[in-house]
Amino acid sequence: MTPRAPEASGAPPTGATAPRPPEKHPHRSRLGARRRRRALLWALLLAGPNVALLLVFVYWPLLQSLYLSTLQWNLGSPAARFVGLGNYVEWFTAPTTGRIVTTTVVFTVATVGGAMALGLGLALLLNRRLRGRGVARTVAFAPYVLSGFAVGILWLFMFDPRYGLIQELLGWLGVASPQWYTDRPWPLVMVTVVYLWKNLGYVALIYLAGLQAIPQDLKDAAALDGASSSRTLRAVVLPLLTPTTFFLLVTMLLSSLQSFDIIKAMTSGGPLGSTTTLMYSIYEESFVNGRAGYASAVATVLFLVLLAVTAVQMRFVQRKVHYA
Amino acid sequence: MTAATLGRPTIPGRPARRRPAGAGGRFGGYLTMTLATVVLGLPLLWMFLASLKTPEELYRLPLQWLPGAPSLDNYAQAASAVPLGQLLANSVGLTVAGAGLKVALGLCCAYALVFLDFPFKKVAFGLVIATLMIPPQITIIPNYTLVAGLGWLNTYQGILVPGLASAFGTFLFRQHFLTLPASILEAAELDGAGHWRKLWRFVVPMSTPTLAAVALVSVVTEWNDYLWPFLVVDDPTKMTLPVGLTLLQNTDGMTNWGVLLAATVVVTLPILLVFLVLQRRLVAGLTAGAVTG
Repeated sequence: MTPRAPEASGAPPTGATAPRPPEKHPHRSRLGARRRRRALLWALLLAGPNVALLLVFVYWPLLQSLYLSTLQWNLGSPAARFVGLGNYVEWFTAPTTGRIVTTTVVFTVATVGGAMALGLGLALLLNRRLRGRGVARTVAFAPYVLSGFAVGILWLFMFDPRYGLIQELLGWLGVASPQWYTDRPWPLVMVTVVYLWKNLGYVALIYLAGLQAIPQDLKDAAALDGASSSRTLRAVVLPLLTPTTFFLLVTMLLSSLQSFDIIKAMTSGGPLGSTTTLMYSIYEESFVNGRAGYASAVATVLFLVLLAVTAVQMRFVQRKVHYA
Repeated sequence: MTAATLGRPTIPGRPARRRPAGAGGRFGGYLTMTLATVVLGLPLLWMFLASLKTPEELYRLPLQWLPGAPSLDNYAQAASAVPLGQLLANSVGLTVAGAGLKVALGLCCAYALVFLDFPFKKVAFGLVIATLMIPPQITIIPNYTLVAGLGWLNTYQGILVPGLASAFGTFLFRQHFLTLPASILEAAELDGAGHWRKLWRFVVPMSTPTLAAVALVSVVTEWNDYLWPFLVVDDPTKMTLPVGLTLLQNTDGMTNWGVLLAATVVVTLPILLVFLVLQRRLVAGLTAGAVTG
């Protein structure tokens, strides 16, 4: 009986290293093998379905996508031709790529930068002991939980150049409404504003949590030293918020680069491709133009960009996560 | 006035316990806060109001703020243009099933990852965590081909199954399980409780806040999910609400705002109500990433 136990535990090197509660019962070895077998069965039963789903619907498609990116292949077509890196070459040299990249960069910088700045401002405001700030917080966060597509439709109505609320408000200021739907760069501005509105509350709430984690004595000490509130903000509060800022920067970057619903609802990437981002172009190439091989190559480019952002995050987080 | 008070340095020597601004700064704070709340809240209010207006009221200049006689005509019209009741039923069904299964998968997987010893446990954990970094976009084309090959286009399982696997939920559950007191589970084990009993009788009751957070986040994401169901379904009777909104947008065009906004209210109101009632738990779930890093 005894020789079986080391054999069973010797096979899986990972299981042996796990620091789980040591079993200090007398009849260990006999029960041990049975327990381990039962544990494995339970593990297969409990973790198996989730891991299997991940393998089938995430990892396998990921590999497939890399493979598809080397094919000249139309969605649903039985014929496919191997073109190596041809799709990538085509993407890098295509006349539309410059425009798409520029649009993506403008949209990303404007949404991420805008959401961070406005979100911090809102958080500083909500951090003050003002009555009714709970209501303000609720109203600010609400758009974040709503359907991006529905939000896009609702704002399309807000922006309607003839009967929208925004042209009315601009009218009060004596400004004529731009042609939001058709004249560049207004469609991109419109989509950016909606994205900001939807995500502002999230940024504000995370910043608020960061602000509330700052010890009051630090701010008191700054005040004692005669620092003005704006100087306290610059010299004490903002530096202590660095980890929060960094987290938000990465999160917002990732989500902005992947945004689709709002653009689909409001502009469908137009007019004349002026709101077509990298993400949107993947959808368009694969499901509108049917060029699934080429679209897979573009998807790989986006994937690499996102991976780079994540990699930067992982490097920095280890260094900057501890404070106060 | 506000700028002056805000900029004034606090008198040194007196331990000013916060409040660098006096009544003026406070007034400025309230003013800004009210303004921000109005600006952020107005679009939603405007949507509700517009959905109750007649076309004449909607297309009148200068704008009419309140509906003269609030009517549900737009809702009735939306329901006749697209099968609104069916869409609502589809959304509710898919959201409940999707969120329920996601929670169950995450819960069970996390239990195994924390309380069981088995070979390749670290590999399994790594597989789950790494998924958080894989954007769904890159998997969409192969998954679409797969689902089409299975004959699952225009089916509920086609919408549901590819997105079921739980990475975020598993992660949150695992984080929580690691904080549970080991002594209770050991005691349960000595009493002869098996894993199934331990999971449901001991771990689940000690995890209700995490359960609520994961469930609510899943409900919100399933309900709002757009791209995938939009690609998989073009049969109106199988669509979810956000996809049905696309159908309405395409058939009714941009001109009929009242009808389109009525449908938009139907899409947004349920989640808005969930948010208002269960705000604390939902926000805790949605912002959980920030705490865990």
